[in-house]
Amino acid sequence: MISFTQTLRLALSALIRNRSRSLLTMLGVVIGVAAVIVTVALGTGAKTSVANQINGLGSNLIVVMPGSVQTSGARTGNGGASTLTVADGLAIAKLQGVGSVSPSVNVRTQIVANGQNWQTAATGVAPTFTAVRSWDVASGRFFTQSETDDAAKVVVLGQTVVSALFPDGSSPVGRTVLIKGVPFTVIGTMIAKGQSGGGQDQDDTALIPYTSALERLTGGTTIGSLLVSAVDADHIASVQTQITGLLEQRHGIVGAKSDDFQVRNLQDIAAAASSTASILALLLAAVAGVSLVVGGIGIMNIMLVSVTERTREIGLRVALGARGAAILRQFLIEAVLLSTGGGAIGVVLGVAGAAAIVVFAHWPATVPVTAVLLALAFSAAVGVFFGYWPARKAAALDPIRALRFE
Amino acid sequence: MTPVVEVRTLRKVYSIEGGEDVVALRGVDLTIDPGEFVAVMGPSGSGKSTFMHIVGLLDRPTSGAYYFAGHEVSALGADALADLRSRALGFVFQAYNLLPRTTAIENVELPMIYAGVPAATRHRAAMDALDAVGLAKYAQHQPNQLSGGQQQRVAIARSIVNQPQLILADEPTGALDTVSSEDVMTLFRRLNAERGMTVMLVTHEPDVAAHARRLVTFRDGSIVSDEAVREKVLA
Ligand SMILES: Nc1ncnc2c1ncn2[C@@H]1O[C@H](COP(=O)(O)OP(=O)(O)OP(=O)(O)O)[C@@H](O)[C@H]1O
Ligand SMILES: [Mg+2]
Repeated sequence: MISFTQTLRLALSALIRNRSRSLLTMLGVVIGVAAVIVTVALGTGAKTSVANQINGLGSNLIVVMPGSVQTSGARTGNGGASTLTVADGLAIAKLQGVGSVSPSVNVRTQIVANGQNWQTAATGVAPTFTAVRSWDVASGRFFTQSETDDAAKVVVLGQTVVSALFPDGSSPVGRTVLIKGVPFTVIGTMIAKGQSGGGQDQDDTALIPYTSALERLTGGTTIGSLLVSAVDADHIASVQTQITGLLEQRHGIVGAKSDDFQVRNLQDIAAAASSTASILALLLAAVAGVSLVVGGIGIMNIMLVSVTERTREIGLRVALGARGAAILRQFLIEAVLLSTGGGAIGVVLGVAGAAAIVVFAHWPATVPVTAVLLALAFSAAVGVFFGYWPARKAAALDPIRALRFE
Repeated sequence: MTPVVEVRTLRKVYSIEGGEDVVALRGVDLTIDPGEFVAVMGPSGSGKSTFMHIVGLLDRPTSGAYYFAGHEVSALGADALADLRSRALGFVFQAYNLLPRTTAIENVELPMIYAGVPAATRHRAAMDALDAVGLAKYAQHQPNQLSGGQQQRVAIARSIVNQPQLILADEPTGALDTVSSEDVMTLFRRLNAERGMTVMLVTHEPDVAAHARRLVTFRDGSIVSDEAVREKVLA
C-alpha cells in the first residue's frame, strides 16, 4: 500500500508537470478568496469603527428627542414642533440612577472672528455637558452654572472651528467671536473628538450656555434634545423607563395617544449600526462566496478534462499496481491542493488588497484571523466537493481500455 | 517446481450490445514454469492481447481456472489483484507508457511507490535497474530526451525493478526500428539468462520471436502450436 505522503508527492508532481494549467485552474479560487477577504476586512473595519465612534460619545448616554416613533421604527415629526423643555430636563435630573442632564439647543449659524467666517452649529448646553458626554476642554475652561444662569456671552469652541477661524494657530482663548452677530468671548476649546457614528464631524461645534442660545439666538423656550447620562450601564434601561413614564405624565399623554418624544440610548444605536454593518458584510461575503463556488466548478471542469487527458497515465498506474483507492486519493489530493493553494494565494492577495485600501482610500479594514481560517477551510472543502466526482471517474477507469486509449 | 502461470480451459467472451458475442479466447490451456522465455505469435485479433491482460491480472476470464504461482486468482478482489500486480508482475507496452516530463529514474521508481518501498531503497533499486538496461547515465533524462529504444529500455527497467515473478510484454518492439528491436530483445534475453527472469512477450515478427526459447501460436482464440525455439545462431 502506498502511504499518504507518497500520494501527496505523486499529486504534487502531477500538478507541477502541468504548472501553467494548475495556476490557471487555481485562478477562480484565488479571486474568490481574495474577494471574500477584502469584503470581510472592509465589513469588520466598518463595524469596529462605528462601535468605537459610538462608544466615544459616552456609552451611558441616553438621548431624549422630540417627535414620535411609529411602530415600524420610522420617525415622524422629528424636530418638528418641539415639545421638550428645560423643566423636563430638571425633572429628569431628579430621577433615580441619572448621573447628569444637559439640554441641547442646536442653532445653525455663521461664526465670524479674526477676519474669517465659518458655517457651523452653535449648541446651547449646560455645564453638565462635559460630564454627560465625557468630553473635556483642551485649553481654557468650560462655562459655569452662574454663567448659565446669567445667559453669559461665552463660548467653548470645537477644534474644527478653532482651525477654521484661527488658521495661524494662535490661541482663541480670550478672543471675541460673532455668533449670529452677537459677540461671544472664547473661554476654552474642546479636545478633538473626530467623526461620530453618523459620519458627522463632532468637532465642528461651538458650545454656549443653553440660556444664551434660547435668549440671544433662537428666542424660544423649547429645546432640541436632552442629553442624559446614567450613573452606569446597568441603570440605562431603568432610567429610560422612568424618563418615558415621567414625560408621558408631564406631557399629559394617556391611553392610545402616542408619545411626542423618543428616548434612545447609544447602546441601542450602536447595536443597530453594527448589525447593519454585519448584514452588509455578510451580504458581501455571500457574493464573494458565490465566486468561490464558481472557482470550485472551474476546478471540477479542469479535473474532468485532465482525467480524460490522463486516461493512459491512469491505466499505467493501475497496471503498475495502484489500487483504485490510491488513484482516487491522488486525484482528490490534486483537487484539494489546487483549491487550497488558490485559497492561500487568495488570502495573501486579499490581505494585501485590504492593506492597500487602508493606505490609499483611508477606509478602516481589518482582516480577522477567523476569516482567513474559514476561507482556507472553505476552499479545501471546495476542492473535496468538486474534486470527488472527477477522482471517482479516474478510479473507476477500466485499465485495459485506459491503456488502449489513444 | 510450481508453475508461474497455469491456465485451464480459459475462455473470454465479450458481449457487444445489439451484436453477436465475440469469443476472444475459447478454452486456452497453458503452463509457464519459472525461468521460461515465451514468445506469443498469431494473426491480428487471435486473442493474444486478451490473453496477456488476463495473465497480467488486468482482466478476468469469463470462465476457466487461473493459478498464478500456485494460487487461484479468480476469487481475489480488486485490491488483492492490484497488490499482486505491484509485487509479482512487470509490464512492458508497445507505447512505452512513461510519464511525460518525469525523469527516467522517477519513472522506474513508480512501481516501488505503489508497492510501498521506502524512499532510500527505492533510489538504489531504480539505479540498479537502469544500470541493468545500460541507461544509468540517463537517470535524469526525461522521456522526450530519449530515443524510442532508450525509452523502451527505461520501461523494461521499470518492469523489473520490483523483482517480479513474471514480465509481460505486448509487442514491445512494435514501435522500434530493427536495430533498437535487437537491443531490446538482447536485453530481454540477458535478463532471462542471467537473472532467471520469466518473460512472456507478444510479437508479430519472427526475428523477434526467435530470441525466445518457446513459441506459442494463437489462432482464433485457441493455441494452435506450442514448440521450442531452436537456439538462434548468432553470426
Ligand atoms: N473490449 C472489447 N470488446 C469487444 N471485443 C473485444 C474487446 N477487446 C478485444 N476484443 C475482440 O477480441 C478479439 C481478440 O482481440 P485481441 O486484442 O486479444 O487480439 P490480438 O491478438 O491482440 O490482436 P493484435 O495482434 O491486432 O493486437 C478481437 O476480435 C477483438 O475485436
Ligand atoms: Mg494485441
